[in-house]
Amino acid sequence: MTSTQVRAPQAEAGRTRPPRGSRRPGSTRWRRIITPLLIVALWEGASRAGILPPEKLSAPSDVLAAGWRLAADGTLWRHLLDSLTRAVIGLAIGGGLGLALGSVAGLLRLGDDLVDPPVQMARMLPHLGLVPLLLIWVGIGEPLKISLVALGAFFPIYLNTYSGIRNIDERLVEAARTCGLSAPARLFHVVLPGALPSLFLGLRLAFGAGWLSLVVGEQVNAQSGLGFMMMEAREFAQTDVVVLGLLIYAMLGLLSDLALRTAEGRALAWRRGLKAS
Amino acid sequence: MAARPQGELSHPTAADTAADTAADTAADAVVSAVGIVRRFGDAVVLDGVDLRIRRGEVVALLGASGSGKSTLLRVLAGLDSEADGEVSTNGRTAVVFQEHRLLPWKRVAGNIALGLRGPGVPQRTAAALAEVGLADRGRAWPSELSGGQAQRVALARALVREPDFLLLDEPFAALDALNRLRMQALFFRLRGEHDFAALLVTHDVNEALLLADRTLVLEDGRIAEDNPVTLPHPRAQDDPGFGALRRHLLTRLRVPTSPDQS
Ligand SMILES: Nc1ncnc2c1ncn2[C@@H]1O[C@H](COP(=O)(O)OP(=O)(O)OP(=O)(O)O)[C@@H](O)[C@H]1O
Ligand SMILES: [Mg+2]
Repeated sequence: MTSTQVRAPQAEAGRTRPPRGSRRPGSTRWRRIITPLLIVALWEGASRAGILPPEKLSAPSDVLAAGWRLAADGTLWRHLLDSLTRAVIGLAIGGGLGLALGSVAGLLRLGDDLVDPPVQMARMLPHLGLVPLLLIWVGIGEPLKISLVALGAFFPIYLNTYSGIRNIDERLVEAARTCGLSAPARLFHVVLPGALPSLFLGLRLAFGAGWLSLVVGEQVNAQSGLGFMMMEAREFAQTDVVVLGLLIYAMLGLLSDLALRTAEGRALAWRRGLKAS
Repeated sequence: MAARPQGELSHPTAADTAADTAADTAADAVVSAVGIVRRFGDAVVLDGVDLRIRRGEVVALLGASGSGKSTLLRVLAGLDSEADGEVSTNGRTAVVFQEHRLLPWKRVAGNIALGLRGPGVPQRTAAALAEVGLADRGRAWPSELSGGQAQRVALARALVREPDFLLLDEPFAALDALNRLRMQALFFRLRGEHDFAALLVTHDVNEALLLADRTLVLEDGRIAEDNPVTLPHPRAQDDPGFGALRRHLLTRLRVPTSPDQS
């Protein structure tokens, strides 16, 4: 009696566990797109039925049509190119500064003492709250948007460069020293690869913060760019163009994240450990 | 290397036994250290250590946990810039640590080749890997190796530098008993082939007596005992004379020689 009581749950677990453990990702993956498709279908249906008034929210088909129209006459590409240019320049400036200052603070004790306190203080300022001040300083032109993106990208890169360098196992550096590696060689063979996972994390956060800053910057005041396109459409109650802009922002974010993940997977192949060979 | 002159010059315990080797010429020593002092805050961990290791000689360094063995090894390896005293090394040195300390982002071959220059690096790397019995694992990542394999790679990384003086800090301590025996045999074979001198830090009295030509006991910051091991090779734990030496060392280290004692 007791033995059956003990065995019963085990047998049950044995029956349910194998399917759970051996779940093939490919076979059930399609289930994950059911709900998104359903939401789009409901949205389209609600628009067609007149439940969603078009001046509040356009139907998905209208958004696609707007996208096609703007792509065909070149307006979309012009705005997209302007936005991307600002993003790239801002990321390069903010990211470059973050990397440089983070390395100085992470590698040198003097750098840590001089650089880290002001950065930690500045980090507490919500950088989007600086818009009024930036407007006074650099005006409403390109420098405003680029500064916002740079500010958004700077902090994640700085913080992750710093912590990536700080968290490197000192014993590995020591072992490299006993192998006769000079300080620059240790930087290249030990510190840089050791900090790389953290750098990638910083880059991903910087991309996110950079986009966000760009959206805000372009909606505050601009003559071009995706944010401007959306604000202009709002004035004429073209909700299809507004939604289109949102969609493109989301897609750009997704694409940049994908690219970064791919690069990360390549550069950090050693972390896959047992799966690698 | 910090080589500051030491005020305190006489160290009776170690100097007495060191006098035997004083007849050797300076060129005969791969490392000689005089009056090594190392403090951590107020704690004096090394309090005037004198040490000489001759070319080709294997010396085991024993001592209680926390007695400063690793600290001394780091000083001799030139990794500690805050120690007082004089250390002079003669020839190439290489270090094997208790943990393998392989760079996880370099493949096994890349780890061995780290810092090597000159022609034939791939060949030398392959030869070193073959010597430790891992000829086919050059492309593996360190995370794919077992503990014993990783430690053998660490040994290969040291050997490929053709050291005159090899420093080993409890290199086999993290391995299971069987792997440890294999590694000890490997160490002995490699030592026969390469004829390096070695300082083997260990807490394993048997290991010291099986491998070393001389045993040192570190106590109260000094070399408290310096004894040659005269047993003939190949050695085994049931050799006559082994038990006596073992008991002597264990007593010196204040370890009960058998579980019955307490
Ligand atoms: N970086 C450090 N800072 C402060 N104290 C230290 C430092 N390194 C070592 N010590 C102290 O020095 C003493 C000797 O340490 P060491 O690691 O040399 O001992 P050990 O003989 O190698 O011990 P074990 O056999 O356990 O490895 C210890 O009391 C330790 O606390
Ligand atoms: Mg130690």
